[in-house]
Amino acid sequence: MKVRSLVIAGAVSLSLLGAHSAMAARDYISIVGSSTVYPFATVVAEQFGKSTEFKTPKIESTGSGGGFKLFCAGIGVSHPDITNASRAVKSSELKKCAENGVGDIVEVKIGYDGIVLANSKETQQMELSRKDIFLALAKQVPDPQDPAKMIDNPYMTWKDVNTSLPATKIEVLGPPPTSGTRDAFVELAMEGGAKKIDSLAALRKEDKKAFKNIAHTLREDGAYIEAGENDNLIVQKLQANKDALGIFGFSFLDQNTDVIQGSLVDGEAPTFDNIAEGNYPVSRPLFFYVKKAHVDVIPGMKNYLDEFTSEKAWGAEGYLTDKGMIPMPDKERQQFADSVAELKTMDMP
Amino acid sequence: MQNQRHISEAINKGLKRRYRAEQRFRKLGITAIAIALLFLFSLFYAIISKGYPAFQQTYVALDITFAEEIFQGENLADANYLGLVKSTLRQMFPEVKERREKRKLYSMVSPGAAFILQDMVVDNPGLIGSTQTVWVPADDDIDMFMKGKIDPTLPQGSRRISDSQLEWTRSLQDAGKIEKRFNTIFFTAGDSREPELAGILGAATGSFYTLLITLGLSFPIGVAAAVYLEEFAPANNRWTDLIEININNLAAVPSIIFGLLGLAIFINFFGLPRSTPLVGGLVLTLMTLPTIIIAGRASLKSVPPSIREAALGVGASKLQTITHHVLPLALPGMLTGTIIGMAQALGETAPLLMIGMVAFIVDIPAGVTDPATALPVQIFLWSDSPERAFTERTSAAIMVLLAFLILMNATAVIMRKKFEIKW
Repeated sequence: MKVRSLVIAGAVSLSLLGAHSAMAARDYISIVGSSTVYPFATVVAEQFGKSTEFKTPKIESTGSGGGFKLFCAGIGVSHPDITNASRAVKSSELKKCAENGVGDIVEVKIGYDGIVLANSKETQQMELSRKDIFLALAKQVPDPQDPAKMIDNPYMTWKDVNTSLPATKIEVLGPPPTSGTRDAFVELAMEGGAKKIDSLAALRKEDKKAFKNIAHTLREDGAYIEAGENDNLIVQKLQANKDALGIFGFSFLDQNTDVIQGSLVDGEAPTFDNIAEGNYPVSRPLFFYVKKAHVDVIPGMKNYLDEFTSEKAWGAEGYLTDKGMIPMPDKERQQFADSVAELKTMDMP
Repeated sequence: MQNQRHISEAINKGLKRRYRAEQRFRKLGITAIAIALLFLFSLFYAIISKGYPAFQQTYVALDITFAEEIFQGENLADANYLGLVKSTLRQMFPEVKERREKRKLYSMVSPGAAFILQDMVVDNPGLIGSTQTVWVPADDDIDMFMKGKIDPTLPQGSRRISDSQLEWTRSLQDAGKIEKRFNTIFFTAGDSREPELAGILGAATGSFYTLLITLGLSFPIGVAAAVYLEEFAPANNRWTDLIEININNLAAVPSIIFGLLGLAIFINFFGLPRSTPLVGGLVLTLMTLPTIIIAGRASLKSVPPSIREAALGVGASKLQTITHHVLPLALPGMLTGTIIGMAQALGETAPLLMIGMVAFIVDIPAGVTDPATALPVQIFLWSDSPERAFTERTSAAIMVLLAFLILMNATAVIMRKKFEIKW
């Protein structure tokens, strides 16, 4: 008796498999890519799914690099239609795309994200410059005695870096190397700071590669702590450790203003308006990329693009700004809305 | 004689020490258990104290007038429901005039309110022309305030709700138009980016389909493999040994490896659809098979040889011996192993990461080829969301997952107790 029911259960599950293995055309949009764009793209997807007759798009959080890898794998229903990215596509990725027949790609910039350095509200707000950030966090810094020579980072407290800063230990919690936030932070804050140092600026003119190597390498002696991809965890750790600073996206500062405060960078506070006007130096553009060949094949693609590029979504007072995305200036927004409307493709290498 | 006394003296002398050693060992054991329990209870305390508020949600009462002029269009679903919500709010607080303040007022109720009205009217067009009191979910920030998670004494810039929103909430409270109710949305909705609209039904359904595939495949295959290896395979054969070692090794392979394997074989080679319970179930089948085979073999081994010999003795064939006698006796043990394997599969996230089940999916999956996510993945995704209200929902989802795990393990224990045969 038991054996028979067992056999039936097996047969049922096998027939279930057989019935579904013949895959029909996909009737939902498949989106992959950056975990930074994920909280914004998901809001649009949900709004789109609820207000139209189409299914809600599926959005995977794979990271920008992982997204391009999947996106560029080919054309057809088994490949994603859109990839989100917290950086522009690299030429090597475009080459990969072209090799796999993904030729017509529409690039859409959607807005900006500020990267903040924040600490607990119970201590004083930090006023940093990008130079301070570089000197505090780079693995190698110019020797104060002989600026041409590079030495291992000797600074232990913020006061060592800049006498106007407090004498607290340098302790910064940030994302691991796999993260797009880290890439952007290194590029904007660290490299920006390194350029302000004369000896390194001179090096940049001579040997760009060596300069990048110095500017992009974070110290590994415990002053920079890789705290994982979970930004909520960093916020919690900042509450427990009053001396530490944390690096994360603006939306996490926006949601936790009662417990943490953003540090001023080059005299600019990380506020919504400051980032939107381009005053705050550490902010990066966010993108998504669309396969033109899929637009007419997958139901609802055109409508999703319309929803995303509508004023009520990405506009100056759209619902994406409620989630912490910084909108583009009116003119730039119009330009990208136009290029989406006519599906203007990128130049392939 | 002399010698004997000598021995008993020596024993007596050491007796106290031996008793003490035993006492020490017992105390050590009790301490170990106490520490384990302490950890367990602090875990439960942390999760439950954080998670239980999520079972309640703040609702706001709106007196909605479904005026006929709003529903002029052909399609009832296309009417301006958001406008209806906004105009109702404006009527409730006529003193709000400025544009910025109006935006703040509108953000008091969830963006889902419009869809609730839409569903109401589409289901029952007779509502048009009437005025109804509709309870709609409040925005997550208002909900957090009502649950005491936002400190109203902080300066305005340091909290998520503004002074005017605070005032409106209080006047609603005085009028009895805002209250906390049981959060049914949490159990009936799929994922959402608005915490007040997010639910676990989508993830739970995804987990259900995934486990269905896993059970349907791994149980028959596992039992068949166990029976063959235990009853038919030639003993002390080099190949049998090789297979045995491999199965034992597979049971210890990190689960992410199975995810990579699933990505390479099921998705890239066979072209099965990404992010579906079908592929998830196949991958978890690979993962749970070794557990089931090992448990199955152990329970087959525990069937005494006398049963087999008696059956063979009265003329049963080998297959008859196994299907009529050995297998029914071993089945409870096999099922226990299967349930434990299933519970393990239910809590697994790593392999699902590789096959695209870590995704934002709002629609509740209707079959094994619909994109879906699973309970532990939902917990992972919520824990990474910036909105404060997702913290309690994360803990609540953990509570639901734990409840399922306890249920499954309890079933395993009960079945073992009920069907266990002592020889």
